[in-house]
Amino acid sequence: MSAGDRWRRFEVLSQRPVNSDGFAAENPELGLIAISSPYDPQPSLVLGADGRIVELDGKPEGAFDVIDAFIARHGIDTYIAPAAMARPDIEIARMLTDPSVSRSEIVVLARGMTPAKLARIVALLRPPELLIAIAKMRVRRTPSIQAHITNRADDPLLLAADAAAAVAFGFRELETTVPVLGDAPSNAVALLIGSQVGRPGALTQCSVEEATELDLGMRSLTTYAETVSLYGTEQVFTDGDDTPWSKAFLASAYASRGLKMRVTSGAGAEVLMGAAERKSMLYLESRCVSLARALGAQGVQNGGIDGASVAGSVPGGMRELLAENLLVMMHGLESCSGNDTLVSESDLRRAAHTVPLALTGSDFIFSGFGAVAAYDNMFGPSNFNADDVDDYLVMQRDWEIDGGLRPVTERAALEVRERAASAVQAVYRDLGLADYSDEQVAAAVAAHGSEDLSDADPAAVPGAATRILQRGIGGIEVAASLSRCGFGAEAERVLGMLRERVKGDYLQPAAIFDDQMRVLSKVTDPNDYSGPGTGYVISQQRRAEIAAIRQQRQVPELAAGKAQDNSRVRLDDIGPAVAGSDPAEVVIGVSPAFGRPLSVTLSGISCAAALAELVGGIEQAGGTARVVRVASTVDLGRIGLTAAQLSGSGVGIGLQAKGTAVVHRSDLAPLANLELLSTAPLITRSMYRELGRNAALRTRGLEPTAMRNPYTSQAITARYHARTVAMVAVERQCAEPGAKPVELRVGWADEEG
Amino acid sequence: MDVRALSGRAAADITIAAAASGQLSAADTRIHPETLRYQADVAEQHGNPELAGNLRRAAELALLPDAEVLAIYEALRPHRCTLTELDAIAARLQDAGARRCAALVREANQVYQQRHLTA
Repeated sequence: MSAGDRWRRFEVLSQRPVNSDGFAAENPELGLIAISSPYDPQPSLVLGADGRIVELDGKPEGAFDVIDAFIARHGIDTYIAPAAMARPDIEIARMLTDPSVSRSEIVVLARGMTPAKLARIVALLRPPELLIAIAKMRVRRTPSIQAHITNRADDPLLLAADAAAAVAFGFRELETTVPVLGDAPSNAVALLIGSQVGRPGALTQCSVEEATELDLGMRSLTTYAETVSLYGTEQVFTDGDDTPWSKAFLASAYASRGLKMRVTSGAGAEVLMGAAERKSMLYLESRCVSLARALGAQGVQNGGIDGASVAGSVPGGMRELLAENLLVMMHGLESCSGNDTLVSESDLRRAAHTVPLALTGSDFIFSGFGAVAAYDNMFGPSNFNADDVDDYLVMQRDWEIDGGLRPVTERAALEVRERAASAVQAVYRDLGLADYSDEQVAAAVAAHGSEDLSDADPAAVPGAATRILQRGIGGIEVAASLSRCGFGAEAERVLGMLRERVKGDYLQPAAIFDDQMRVLSKVTDPNDYSGPGTGYVISQQRRAEIAAIRQQRQVPELAAGKAQDNSRVRLDDIGPAVAGSDPAEVVIGVSPAFGRPLSVTLSGISCAAALAELVGGIEQAGGTARVVRVASTVDLGRIGLTAAQLSGSGVGIGLQAKGTAVVHRSDLAPLANLELLSTAPLITRSMYRELGRNAALRTRGLEPTAMRNPYTSQAITARYHARTVAMVAVERQCAEPGAKPVELRVGWADEEG
Repeated sequence: MDVRALSGRAAADITIAAAASGQLSAADTRIHPETLRYQADVAEQHGNPELAGNLRRAAELALLPDAEVLAIYEALRPHRCTLTELDAIAARLQDAGARRCAALVREANQVYQQRHLTA
């Protein structure tokens, strides 16, 4: 017989989310190759008689494109270069993972290396080596995290509420953008206000076309900029309507207004534009990063930006993205480390992309964790979104890592959301920008996303945006208005951000403000990792914060449970239990804490109902039930055996408060049994009844088919083990070793009936 | 360090009282070129001369009006200006004391000729 042409397993596999992702065979001709293309140049650097670079990575000066030309003029330290270029790649790769080699030693060497050389070095690192290198090379010691705050409607109330909630969760940079370009000034104002509710110092950005973004910054409506895109080939760079010189000027323009700025690059953009020049993604990105330092940027956003899924489609793509982050750090620049594009339909795969970097930490682990509903993320869904916050908080707790976030109670979140939305309402009224009702404020405060808002006046936001520009409203006017409207703390914090612009300390690499407005940067908080026990250490206070997720419960609460039914039972001690003589008898032995203090099983059935079903089943099959308490042990087998030994038939049942039940016979070993229902969380009332019936049948020498334990593919231990531990602890407290079994009088008090 | 804004107002005097009474102008919250040069020195001491160079160019631009800065950025984008126009911008910057920015524009002009990026 032919086996046919289908294995059913492959049908199942084909329907898995990961198979919605696109995977491409490597194709260097198209640049569809992550780490090493046969067309990548050999690293080379030749200096002319005057010290000028006359050859760079195999290309003579006459053939330099704009990127080569800028790097050759500004991006390589020609004093260090001859020695640095002569060092074997593997030697530098090993230095990266060697705790005894300092970060600054490597940064100095990297100053003398070409993009091809640097790409080859990081390509030698395997994943755990990349992580060790990143732990050492990231410039700021304290890790941090950025959020995306956007919504489809550009609703300023919701933007402010979401910004305030994001700050409460711990985000220190907030990035917004617009579905409609004209709305940008309104979004910037709403984000600025919301970002300073609750605690000061979160930086804000409005990502739009380069000139508009600069304009918003000059108006002091934003406090940093990031959408300054670099590309690894000249064609794509100039298609992007810039050159390295215009970008260098732009970088200086931001700094000239005291604004923090970083550039953006990342794998895949050149491939998507069909102009990768047959080079690997890593080599092209290395050019971008070298260029970033050459033009004097303090930091780079890369490693999982818009083109991340292009890298993800080819072998080694995820490793390449992590290597991009490391390149930035080797240049001594701030790494804003990506994870801001959803890289897979598969939860497993998208988590596998983010987890390594989260474990090792970065200046910004995400350059945009989607802190809004995924459908509201106008950058497109991020690799982690608002729905994933609890997963992320639990991951921090599991690994005792500082991923930058903290648990927030619903009450605390509502307070800052209310304050932020009310502040925007007040300022928009005070400045004559728009008039939002109290109902609209309430809706924004409560909303998960813009789908929860009622239809607003479509002209409100564009109108507000236009008026902000026309009236020259900037940070000063927003602060004054907040003050007039009674939002004194927020007014002071918005003005505080303007004061920081004047001071300029946050222009140094990797700067953030902590919530006491201290600047943490490469200068004030340099990463000093040099092996175990060094570098960033989570304080006791921070550890407690990370541990205290809102789902955490103490033992009494875990043990108590909540019953689905109202059955009650009274179990009164009426003296020592004696051996019975009735051949139809089944003795049920209950555990030390059964019924009191523990009254609900893991399946949510009351202990009373479970016992009632057992008794009912026994009687239904013609048996007689008797109940005893076995207080001497918490072990179910011994409880069941003790009951069986007291039973006139020799058949007994053991029952724990958590619901686990066993049928035992007096001649068996303690750990043997006739039937066992061990998966307590899945036991139903009818199963207890059937178990009781079977026990009664056995008293007559019959052999009913033993019950099978129910099975589920749920993470049953994850769901119930915390409760199990708590219930067993209570059983143990109630146990009295050596105590004799006690006869119980059973009084039913079924409130249902 | 006693930091002063472009206007000369001390950072400590950027207060809500001043904002509320309309005494703060944009120049009171703009960074002073001296502060940028100081930050450039810090960057240099911390091993990043390129960032220092950027901040020193910024110190020159700090004195220029927003519109002019935006206009020069626009002029440096690909295919916007002729060789002569870029030369004129460089000359204007040089005259305004922005010699580092002028050098950047001249250098751009040279490369733009070679790479056919002028208008």
